[in-house]
Amino acid sequence: MLTSIMEQLINGLRTGSIYALIALGYTMVYGIAKMINFAHGDIIMVGAYTLYIGIALLHLPVIPAMVLTAAVCSVLGMLIEKIAYKPLRKAPPLAVLITAIGMSYFLQSVALLIFSSTPIPFKSVINLNAVQIGTVNISGITIVTLAVTTVIMICLTLFINKTKAGSAMRAVSEDRGAAELMGINVNRTISMTFAIGSALAAVAGILYICQYQSLRPTLGALPGIKAFVAAVLGGIGSVPGAMLGGIVLGLIESLSKAYISTELADAIVFGVLVIVLLVRPSGLLGKKKLVKV
Amino acid sequence: MAMLKVTDMTVNYGVIQAVKGISFQVEEGEIVALIGANGAGKTTTLHTVTGMIPPKAGTIEFDGKDITKTPAHRIVSMGLAHVPEGRRVFAQLTVLENLRMGAYTRKDKDGIEKTLTEIYRRFPRLEERKSQLAGTLSGGEQQMLAMGRALMSKPKMIVMDEPSMGLSPLYVSEIFKIIQDINASGTTVLLVEQNAKKALSIADKAYVLETGNIVLSGDAKALMNDDSVKKAYLSE
Repeated sequence: MLTSIMEQLINGLRTGSIYALIALGYTMVYGIAKMINFAHGDIIMVGAYTLYIGIALLHLPVIPAMVLTAAVCSVLGMLIEKIAYKPLRKAPPLAVLITAIGMSYFLQSVALLIFSSTPIPFKSVINLNAVQIGTVNISGITIVTLAVTTVIMICLTLFINKTKAGSAMRAVSEDRGAAELMGINVNRTISMTFAIGSALAAVAGILYICQYQSLRPTLGALPGIKAFVAAVLGGIGSVPGAMLGGIVLGLIESLSKAYISTELADAIVFGVLVIVLLVRPSGLLGKKKLVKV
Repeated sequence: MAMLKVTDMTVNYGVIQAVKGISFQVEEGEIVALIGANGAGKTTTLHTVTGMIPPKAGTIEFDGKDITKTPAHRIVSMGLAHVPEGRRVFAQLTVLENLRMGAYTRKDKDGIEKTLTEIYRRFPRLEERKSQLAGTLSGGEQQMLAMGRALMSKPKMIVMDEPSMGLSPLYVSEIFKIIQDINASGTTVLLVEQNAKKALSIADKAYVLETGNIVLSGDAKALMNDDSVKKAYLSE
């Protein structure tokens, strides 16, 4: 029994950390550009296909293929912002939201045109032996996923809190106009945020595809929406919130699947979201505005 | 030479003409006050000067260069800093982080540290509270932070929008003393104020804005004794 609980917790941590990586993209973009980038989930899909192209078609070694994946997604993220969102900087939020949803369908349709809807099998490129701790068996991909997300989260936290570019991002997120008066190039900061968020989605895509080993044009939709829930759960706009929200969501999902019902797992996840938002409308770690006049 | 020269500047907000072809100029080393009632176009004028809003017509010259079309984020590094209305400090950043944001465009590390020491000397309160979040400061302290933040860019000229707004009378006097002090150390000041009495008392020159037009201008002391100014702005 204990072994089984431990294994479920570790499973939950694994899916949760993938959600957290994706949720970081939602929350950072929301913090800086004040919009929900609904095409974010599809960046995961583009990442997965890029990795597939790199490895199966271009026969690249694993690491360069991963770097290529992250680079392609970063550039794509910046391009989407430049072409689709930037012209709408002063438009009502609803117009931006619809555009983001349109962009999501656009990316899926392009993938559908190129790769068709037939799933492509993909063999994991992360082949590490499982590790046995006591009676608990931890798969190689789980270890890699946990290690990679931990390192990324530490680096990202340091970047945001300790570097000049990170402080600039926080300043823009709080007051775009005042940030401009400091000499911060707001457009460039927004671009950078999209690049970082998309690179994180690329990493999530790589980890996700090594887990599920099948490519479809819609593969980003479900983790995308789950990660969005995680971002809202943790408090949209909050970086630690996205991390926590992702992990919590992964754990709830995994435990519900194992001990309650596989079919009900998603319902439980969204149920928890509803309850948390009822009690804390700004999410678990959402910022309450500090205003003093 | 004029530090700032604004010629026939018109600014529109949608269909509303907020500033209707005004011209004014600020000489190096001066304190110039822009006074007027709410909605006269004072803040719009400052926002246009520092590139936050593009003017519909007219030209803006700063330090001999045409900055009419220069975006806001490039103007700071040219030596023109802006202390915005309502202070707008970054509440979620610490006092020190706010000050460092002010030096965002500077590359000279040693110089930045030197300026920081100078600012701490001018505003000891900021040093005491340097690791506190800016949102936890009192209004007066936030105003000092906003000024310190602008000074971090080592500007030739500083524009200040309603620095005394919402402050207790004690702080108001202190803030005006600080403005004089900043000016005395060589920074040109363009000041927008609803507290016309205080503004005129420290300014060299002043312009009176009414619904987007400059209706009066001249020596600040002379304006203080002008009957129409007295009646409209000095509540005497």
